[in-house]
Amino acid sequence: MSVTGMTRREWLLSDAPLTRRQARLGALYQGWLTFRANKLAMFGLVILILLIGMAILAPWIAPQSPFAQNLAGRLAPPSAEHWLGTDALGRDILSRLIHGSRITLFIVGTVALIAPIIGLFIGTVAGFAGGWIDQVLMRITDIFLAFPKLILALAFVAALGPSIGNAVLALALTAWPPYARLARAETLTVRNADFIAAARLQGAGPMRLLVRHIWPLCISSLIVRVALDMAGIILSAAGLGFLGLGAQPPMPEWGAMISDGRAYILDFWWVAAMPGLAIFIVSLAFNLLGDGLRDVLDPKGDKS
Amino acid sequence: MLSLALTLLGLLLVTFIIGRVMPIDPVLKVVGDRASQAQYEAAYQAMGLDKPLVVQFFGYIGDVLTGNFGRSISTGQLVIDDIRHVFPATLELATLGTLIGVSIGVPLGVIAAARRGGIIDQVARVVALVGYSMPIFWLGLMGLLVFYGILGWVGGPGRQGIIFDGMVPSVTGLILVDSLIAGDWAAFRDAFSHIILPASLLGYFSLAYISRMTRSFMLEQLGAEYITTARVKGLSEGAVIWRHAFRNISIPLVTVIALSFGSLLEGSVLTEIIFSWPGLGQYITKSLLAGDMSAVLGGTIVVGVCFIALNLLSDLLYRVLDPRSK
Amino acid sequence: MTDPLLSVRNLRVTFATRQGEFQAVRGVGFDLGRERLGVVGESGSGKSMTGRAILGLVRPPGRVTADRMELEGQSILNLSERKMRRIRGSRISMVMQDPKFSLNPVMTIGDQIIEAYRLHAGGAKGQARQKALDMLAAVQIREPERVMAAYPHEMSGGMGQRIMIAMMLAPDPEILIADEPTSALDVSVRTEVLNILDRLVRDRGMGLIFISHDLNLVAQFCDRVLIMYAGRIVETLSARTLHEARHPYTQGLLNSLPRLDAPVDRLPVLPRQDSWRDGGPVGESLETDLPGGL
Repeated sequence: MSVTGMTRREWLLSDAPLTRRQARLGALYQGWLTFRANKLAMFGLVILILLIGMAILAPWIAPQSPFAQNLAGRLAPPSAEHWLGTDALGRDILSRLIHGSRITLFIVGTVALIAPIIGLFIGTVAGFAGGWIDQVLMRITDIFLAFPKLILALAFVAALGPSIGNAVLALALTAWPPYARLARAETLTVRNADFIAAARLQGAGPMRLLVRHIWPLCISSLIVRVALDMAGIILSAAGLGFLGLGAQPPMPEWGAMISDGRAYILDFWWVAAMPGLAIFIVSLAFNLLGDGLRDVLDPKGDKS
Repeated sequence: MLSLALTLLGLLLVTFIIGRVMPIDPVLKVVGDRASQAQYEAAYQAMGLDKPLVVQFFGYIGDVLTGNFGRSISTGQLVIDDIRHVFPATLELATLGTLIGVSIGVPLGVIAAARRGGIIDQVARVVALVGYSMPIFWLGLMGLLVFYGILGWVGGPGRQGIIFDGMVPSVTGLILVDSLIAGDWAAFRDAFSHIILPASLLGYFSLAYISRMTRSFMLEQLGAEYITTARVKGLSEGAVIWRHAFRNISIPLVTVIALSFGSLLEGSVLTEIIFSWPGLGQYITKSLLAGDMSAVLGGTIVVGVCFIALNLLSDLLYRVLDPRSK
Repeated sequence: MTDPLLSVRNLRVTFATRQGEFQAVRGVGFDLGRERLGVVGESGSGKSMTGRAILGLVRPPGRVTADRMELEGQSILNLSERKMRRIRGSRISMVMQDPKFSLNPVMTIGDQIIEAYRLHAGGAKGQARQKALDMLAAVQIREPERVMAAYPHEMSGGMGQRIMIAMMLAPDPEILIADEPTSALDVSVRTEVLNILDRLVRDRGMGLIFISHDLNLVAQFCDRVLIMYAGRIVETLSARTLHEARHPYTQGLLNSLPRLDAPVDRLPVLPRQDSWRDGGPVGESLETDLPGGL
């Protein structure tokens, strides 16, 4: 570090940061310390890092191809050769789970990117513009909120045709309204703040105010909300997959794998049990992470 | 009231759009692949598809308001009749699930808040965390495996055993109620053994949500000054919690319970598939896989209307229960 | 001279925090007779916590210790919850700051008063109802019948506080702790509420602990005044001899009041000294006891 006689930790925790960068990094470090004290949240983080690593390295760490069929060895119980057993077509379940993590991460990642951005845009525009624009946008949001989410997603996918892309779209279309509400509430609290007036006096147009001044303020509460919603997104995505409306066979999507195992549940339980366990562990990890992040970024809110 | 009407209108607009943009040609579904061009045109006009979209939309609203959702292609029945037939099964399941969720979730949440940080609080936290993280359809499958396949404690998939099928005269459509009306204990026991597992499953998810909300409402109230007043009076902790704090949270709790009931009506889609439960969720999914859009949209509208009705109901209850709203 | 109603010696309320132990009340002692005792101090001086400690309302992680805390010669220090409940309400009661928050918003006023009374006096519902009506009349509520069926949000602040007084006095306690009972009220109704409180306490021969930050008000209203600073009593004075205050903090408080007869351009800011935190109370220590001594 540039300052002599000071450890990096002291530099980060300094009460009187010398530069904006030091202040920002210091705040991040403080947040990290709070987060790290939460053992469960750390546990969630570790699992998710492992999951991401698994998805990246899938072709190298999966013991077999996720598509290689072996009808002679179908529905084999867990063994040394197939740690988690094989499915109805003799495919290695562990390898399919490992490859399936890519699909899960893809769906969750995309939905968690699209929905908050739609919500952020609609919510901040509504809150910032006010008047009839606000009225119309919020009415639309309310209508979507009043809808049964899963059924709406079902109807969307049915209309667009089942595929992984349409599943993502349907989930995003049903997931944005809470973000819009949140972003609007945040916007209303800062809309009349002096610093916005100051920026306006400097000649900033509405678009610039929105993008440079209001959006950054909404981000942290949106992140918390996204982290808490991740588990729900995973579960909904798996539900769509289970109904055959997400990734199509032979792709190793976890929800679809449970659906494959459903017919054999009474005699060959592992076929359905293993992917379900994987879904449970990952969404648990997201819930733990979300709790931890909330403690750091938004200490007031309680889980609702 | 106006906002409810608008919401309803929005619901219809969305289903209308979905029905129009879907890639499945509704005319082909009616006339079949081998129809001549003339037959196709005739059907096209008979279905009003040549009129402007706005006119079509108003026609659609009129149809829906009169309960005309069209005819299901897969069953050949009117969609409204199909729904009338399957809805009681879903209602029965969701109601029992909510009863289980409320009767366990509310006390659990209250005790967790009253003994904050205690063992019950920790248990409630884990129960809720697992509930928020568990895929419901998977838990249902595992439940079937354990309680039906291995232990044999409950009836299997479906609402009734085969021998009881159609034996109880249908009055309400709720088999538990109907069998009681008929005084048929064997049928009641059979229906109960079938419903208890899926209902407990839904109940678990509802209790995870209800207990969290109850706890958080309760913590807020327990910090209020009137609670100190109640303690100063010399009331026992039980009276402080149940007579004073609980009476205050019961008002927002009504909304939470209504919401959770609504989400069970919807959440039963996956559960109904797992348990072959002949309800609305299964009807919608089956129709969906068969490309039977009038049935899907009819089902979606019914669920949406239930949501709106529940919102209205909880608003009304709020007004009745909360003296401050008068 | 009879025994004091309440006798407290070396009362301490301790909270364990991450930075170590924090003492909100540090060795407070006084005796209370059938009199009106004012406790004055700024926020955080421990005056409210003293009141709550007497009622056994300090909840974990807070801890209460004392050399003596006796109600008519009988120790009430760290009694079991069950025994303490029999004292709360029936023998010691409390009126809090803001009736908007201290009355249960979803119970009728009648139910709340009847509950307080029946809890200790028992008896039939009809009799409790009559008592509640009498109490409302005693705090000069017009149309008590109507008020009984009303909810707290339908009452004004002044009415709410009178209802609170009626409720807390219904079981005929011997001691009433009034914790800033008029701070949340409009200035116009403060005097009215105070007069009602004063009359009821005097007629019943009760002891009153009147907690306030307003030295002026306390001086008019009480017989004796304890001045608290940082969890300790720094001075005890008779209300009539307030101007003889010797502790610099009390003098500072007195000087911070604007006076019509001797206007100044600027009111002096009260400079605080660390030595006040730990210095003993000025004057003879027996001044904390009842007049007449023990």
